[in-house]
Amino acid sequence: MKKKPRIKVPKSVKTGEVFQVKSLFPHPMENGLRKDKKTGEIIPRKMIQRIEATLNGQLVFSADLHHAISANPYLAFHCRAESSGELSITWFEDTGKKTTLSQAVEVV
Amino acid sequence: MKQQIPPVYDACRKPRRDFLALLGAGGVGLLASALFPHQSFATVEETLKAIDGITGGKAPLEGKVSIELPQIAENGNTVPFTVSVDSPMTDQDYVKAIRIFAEENPYPEVFTFHLTPQSGKAEVKARMRLAKTQNVVAVAEMSDGAMFIAKEQIKVTIGGCGG
Repeated sequence: MKKKPRIKVPKSVKTGEVFQVKSLFPHPMENGLRKDKKTGEIIPRKMIQRIEATLNGQLVFSADLHHAISANPYLAFHCRAESSGELSITWFEDTGKKTTLSQAVEVV
Repeated sequence: MKQQIPPVYDACRKPRRDFLALLGAGGVGLLASALFPHQSFATVEETLKAIDGITGGKAPLEGKVSIELPQIAENGNTVPFTVSVDSPMTDQDYVKAIRIFAEENPYPEVFTFHLTPQSGKAEVKARMRLAKTQNVVAVAEMSDGAMFIAKEQIKVTIGGCGG
């Protein structure tokens, strides 16, 4: 079974409240330094190199990922919402593949 | 932003060009490479150089930024950490970027976090790979250009770069 990327945000927050956003993206994060134990060949590089988070289309947080990131990159950061909207996270792979996931945030 | 893919050599070892560069550096280099054949001993200096490149040669101040790590990481493949910066995170005064370095990894850069006033709180949690027992460095860049640095040592039982 293939695992899916996940985002966790509170369902509703107060105006101006700071809340935590948790994200998990299933990915092997091959950094191109590892060798296959049987064949001795180098496993080609395949990584997530950038993660961007937007709230209502406005960039809130972004991260550049270099070599030393664990497989299945987990990231928890904070965000402040003034009005209801959609929080989207985009994962950029170095192969050019993009994955976006959105979650609604309700401000009460 | 397209990142350049570096050349691939033996796992967990410095790229060989550095070793050759050392040889090329003359007598001193020859002596050094004779004493420490193909070891990753230069990376602490390289990390410091990389940090210097960010701060523009200015020595970053201590304080404000803190990094939380487990004392001992049994598995270097997944080391959880929390980095936080003491900042009000308003439009006038906020944290622009936090950079994480692992001093003695084959490639010292780990993460670069870009924050905005909308972030609300300068605290990030993630997981990284560590090759061996070493220092982890966090450098925070504030909106007014000030730099803060924190260093924390961590013991790693099994290295996490698949060598």
